[in-house]
Order: sequence, then C-alpha cells, then structure tokens
Amino acid sequence: MKAIVTVMPKPSVLDPQGAATAEAMKHLGLESVGRVRVGKSIEIELPGEPNEEKLHEIARDLLSNPVIEDYALEIVR
Amino acid sequence: MKFAVLRFPGSNCDQDCIHALSTFPGTEADYVWHKDTSLGGADVVVVPGGFSYGDYLRTGSIARFSPIMKTVKEFAAAGGLVIGICNGFQILCESGLLPGALVRNRDLHFLCKHVYLRVEQTDTPFTNASTKGAVLNVPVAHGEGCYFADDETLKRLNAEGRVLVRYCDAQGQVSDASNPNGSKENIAGICNEGRNVFGLMPHPERACDPFLGSTDGSVIFQSLLNWPTSPLRKSAA
Repeated sequence: MKAIVTVMPKPSVLDPQGAATAEAMKHLGLESVGRVRVGKSIEIELPGEPNEEKLHEIARDLLSNPVIEDYALEIVR
Repeated sequence: MKFAVLRFPGSNCDQDCIHALSTFPGTEADYVWHKDTSLGGADVVVVPGGFSYGDYLRTGSIARFSPIMKTVKEFAAAGGLVIGICNGFQILCESGLLPGALVRNRDLHFLCKHVYLRVEQTDTPFTNASTKGAVLNVPVAHGEGCYFADDETLKRLNAEGRVLVRYCDAQGQVSDASNPNGSKENIAGICNEGRNVFGLMPHPERACDPFLGSTDGSVIFQSLLNWPTSPLRKSAA
C-alpha cells in the first residue's frame, strides 16, 4: 500500500518557479499556456493498513507548511 | 552576557556568530548541538544561518523537530531572548515562534550581496542601540528569503510595531526597487508578540568588522548587550 501526499503552493503565494516554467513552455511553442504552479509529490510506502489520522498529521506538520501550502492525501491500495 | 549558538547538521554561520560575538567585551558564546536539550544557562539563543538538513523538503522544516528546539520554545515562552538569522529565521517561522514563512526569491536567484535596511522600531532587545529610520548596510545570502504572510498577519505585524527592519535604498526609501527578494512590504525582519524573539534574513554577524566592508550589523548585538540596563526595557515591562 502507498500514500501519496501532493503539496502545492497556495494560490495567494508567489510561485516564481511556476512562472519561469510557464515562460519556458511558451518558448517551446505552447503559446496558450496559462498559470503554471510547481509543487511536489511525496510517495510513502506502507506495509500495513495506513493510519490516515497519523498521515494527515505528518502531511500537515512536516510535509507541508499550512502558511504557504495546501496538501492532498491519497491512499493507493 | 552568555550566548548559545545552535548547530544543526548544515549550519554554516555558527562560527561567524561566535567570532562576531567574541569581539564584544562582556560576552561569552558557546555552541549548542541540536541534539542537546540544555542551553547551558544562556541569556540569548542565536539560531544561525546555513542550510540545516540540506534545506530538504522546505528550509528549516526538519530542524524544527530537533530536540533543542523544544527547549528553545520553552526558553522563549519564559521570555528568553532568541535571534534567528537567515536559516535561523526560517527555522523560527517553521517552528511557529514567528508568524509567516520564507519562500523562494522572486527572481529565483540565490542572492549574495550587501543591502540596506531601515530600522523601524527601537523598543526591542535587538534594536535599542539604533535609532528609528537608521539605515544599516548588511549583507544577505539566501535563495529563500521572500517573506510571506497573509494580509491579516501583515496588518497585525504593522499595528503592533513588530516589523523591526525593512529593505530600503541607501537613503532609507522603502520601494519595490529596494526589495531584493519580493518580500511582502519589504519585510527583512520581524519579532514575536512578546518582542523577545527576532528573526531576520540579513546577516548582522557578517557586518561587525571593517575588514568585511561594514560594521553596521554590530548595532544588533550591541542592543542585546545593552538590554539588561536599557530604560526602554523598563517601559516595555
């Protein structure tokens, strides 16, 4: 079993990585590109039944910073 | 006055801090390893710059869970003086000792240069030796120094006079052109509600010797040394 935590910058936070990536996409011919946001995805292998409550706690306290980021937790069985 | 300079794996301004502090008479400064749980009776905790835990995940995010940080939190809650410089500021924000967060610089570049700071408040342990509106020439060296906080937090920081230094030009004008990294409202350093915890991105310890191009940073450490007998302290208490 696996847990996937996706961490994305909040819409209100400046994301210069996303902006630079969007510019590069335009150079590659994707002229219609809109806003691009760069986040991260963290894969966690879990041998047993996942403790979702604990995973949310870790996603909130360690894997993301609620001041600047939102996270989503997905369990893949 | 006794200083405890914390060391995390990847701290790299710890020696600079010890050296800078050693040039002030009446100071004693010792390293404290991040796995320790005692501050050794220090009066002031310095959380130095560097790249604790290689900046993995987010700057300061893993250092926050080091054993010494629990002690630092208790120390700060009891009114102890804490100053976080650069990565130290990032660690203090991640720990919740200061509000907001430091994110990637607006132009994505790592910045290593001298900047100007305008002193906004002097009724604190960290700025009492300076004057309001004074302009300090101090270097920055960071990739994630863009201060972010939501509008409500910014409003509160301003209303409570907790922004202690802002990026400005040589004349003390705060503008977008003098903002090196895109920080909200040119914020370079803030303090907590109790005014005993201060975090800033610039490096005052690298501006305490004429050989390094500026001695303007020494006013921060001089303020700490003056604080026990400062008249401002009595009015704050």
